[in-house]
Amino acid sequence: MAKGKTNTEDYLRMYRQMVRIRTFEDNANQLYLSAKMPGLTHMYSGEEAVAVGICEALTDNDRITSTHRGHGHCVAKGAEFKEMFCELLGKEEGYCRGKGGSMHIADQSHGNLGANAIVGGSMGIATGSALRAKLQGADDVTVCFFGDGATAQGLLYEVMNMAALWNLPVIYACENNGYSEYTKTEEIAAGSITARAEAFGIEAFRIDGQDVLAVNELTQKLVARCRNGEGPFFIELETYRYHGHHVGDINREYYRSKEEEKDWKQNRDPIVRFRSWLVDQGIASEEEIEAMNAEIEKDATEAVAYAEAAKYPDAAEVDMHVYAD
Amino acid sequence: MREITLSQAVNEAIAEEMRRDPTVFLLGEDVAEAGTPFKVLSGLVEEFGTERIIDTPIAEPGFVGLAVGAAMTGARPIVDLMFGDFIYLVMDQLCNQAAKQHYMSGGKLSVPMVLRTNLGATRRSAAQHSQSLQALVAHIPGLKVAMPSSAYEAKGLMKTAIRDNNPVVIFEDKLMYQDKAPVPEEEYLIPFGEANVKREGRDITLIATSSMVQVAEKAAETLAAEGISAEVIDPRTIVPLDEATLLASVRKTSRAIVIDEGHQSYGVTAEIASRLNEKAFYHLDAPVLRMGAMDVPVPFSPALEDITVPTPEGVVANARKLCAGEMINAA
Ligand SMILES: Cc1ncc(C[n+]2csc(CCOP(=O)(O)OP(=O)(O)O)c2C)c(N)n1
Ligand SMILES: [Mg+2]
Repeated sequence: MAKGKTNTEDYLRMYRQMVRIRTFEDNANQLYLSAKMPGLTHMYSGEEAVAVGICEALTDNDRITSTHRGHGHCVAKGAEFKEMFCELLGKEEGYCRGKGGSMHIADQSHGNLGANAIVGGSMGIATGSALRAKLQGADDVTVCFFGDGATAQGLLYEVMNMAALWNLPVIYACENNGYSEYTKTEEIAAGSITARAEAFGIEAFRIDGQDVLAVNELTQKLVARCRNGEGPFFIELETYRYHGHHVGDINREYYRSKEEEKDWKQNRDPIVRFRSWLVDQGIASEEEIEAMNAEIEKDATEAVAYAEAAKYPDAAEVDMHVYAD
Repeated sequence: MREITLSQAVNEAIAEEMRRDPTVFLLGEDVAEAGTPFKVLSGLVEEFGTERIIDTPIAEPGFVGLAVGAAMTGARPIVDLMFGDFIYLVMDQLCNQAAKQHYMSGGKLSVPMVLRTNLGATRRSAAQHSQSLQALVAHIPGLKVAMPSSAYEAKGLMKTAIRDNNPVVIFEDKLMYQDKAPVPEEEYLIPFGEANVKREGRDITLIATSSMVQVAEKAAETLAAEGISAEVIDPRTIVPLDEATLLASVRKTSRAIVIDEGHQSYGVTAEIASRLNEKAFYHLDAPVLRMGAMDVPVPFSPALEDITVPTPEGVVANARKLCAGEMINAA
């Protein structure tokens, strides 16, 4: 594994954040399976090293834009379980007072400008945030998360062109999990994804998205260069989603084999890999890691219970927030 | 008569027209093996192959543009737009390109394409997957707009749409895909611009589209028990609109409520209500009422979402007031 952050606390925090994402998703999936969650949701499990590797290279002042598969980005950027589960259940104490739900969680306090239910819908927003930073002389960086499927959206090419022309501090992070919905990436993406960014003169990287240290190391460098006026950058992160496209996508052998899923889970799991690295390096013992896992599990269980009991927004809120004051 | 689901009805209509006319093909996201997320098109790729049931990248303006070009040069494409909310992405191709070619070319070019998509809230899908945007396209001259209210309409209107020489947008209610209705085995088409009087009545006319037809019918049941006789009319296409049938009904009942799931302001209900006011004013005993979705983005929380759409109870309450001579919304 490559070296990302350099002190023990940082490593443990990265591990913790990845486990928090996995645990959040397991609980969210359970809420769906027990018919307690309204609607559908898209699980991030399997892709944790991408969100954590990147977000651990950012400060609260740096912004991200997220996707329909957004719980991982949200947790990685610092969100709390309680407000997140409340949002998933449509409760008043949710990050968006129940108005947004899973596909629209935003967490202003940590610089998360929001998930988006329109594939590619946040590419303009992320680039605009970077434009604002440049115009106002601020040194924050914006990371735009999107999937391999989203690279088919024309908007990406319009905004990359402008970002490159104007040297904007934005990092396009393409989470290539091999599928867009029920279709393999190679069937919907011609040529090379990174070459598209390179065509605009944007420096582009393709890396193993299951290696949290590699992701973190690269992102730290690019963030520093963005702050130095050298943006934009493009990263394609090779990763995998463990669940179906959404929680209801259960019988999926017609588009993806069980063997392939097993291979990724058994041989490339980002959490398992990082955990054994931590132990090998003597950064944490198995017992310490188990204790951390248990604590996170407890946190999640409590947050779910809290959210289930929490109150729904008052009916009078329905026409609040249509316009800003 | 056999009963089939709305989903099967759409599937049958497309299959029949593809057998009948080799220039018909379909394109969209996950339409082939996956048969769309709602499974509406399952089985079509097995019969027609990937040359005619084409999976596209997630590039809506691109593939709608492709459909426009193919339609202008001799094919009859059907575009599958996964959610009605994505109409915003394709507005230029649909409204600047498809809608205007025939007129701009002095009648020389035409765009025989169908864009099938959906509408409907209360599925807990939040603000970007729940909208009912028919008014947006109905506003644009050159586009026809069909709004099936059951499996029967879905099949008959789809077949007519595919044979029409103009761009047609069809909105299916995504909550109705599994609803069954009697659909004949024999071939039939439903002409555009012919409203369907679903239920006859004397006291008030309920004009309802798509998802709202069921709401109006339920309301009519309740009203009947109270001695109010409601007529329920489904226009089936909002462009063209069967004004004659709507006007004849309102002249008879002298009261009307128009119900549609799009936002109420500047919406389908407003258009129909103003036509009734203009053309049946002297027959009216009460102002024509509009009932649309609340003028708010669709909220995710079930506690909020359900109050944004018209309900049978809401229609009943308004109908009662109109029939009692209470001026609703009077200043
Ligand atoms: C503009 C738009 N088109 C289609 C969809 C439906 N849709 C939701 S997710 C998705 C696949 C996205 O694939 P990718 O970008 O690779 O992200 P992943 O789900 O793999 O994380 C599609 C087609 C949408 N939400 N928005
Ligand atoms: Mg993907």
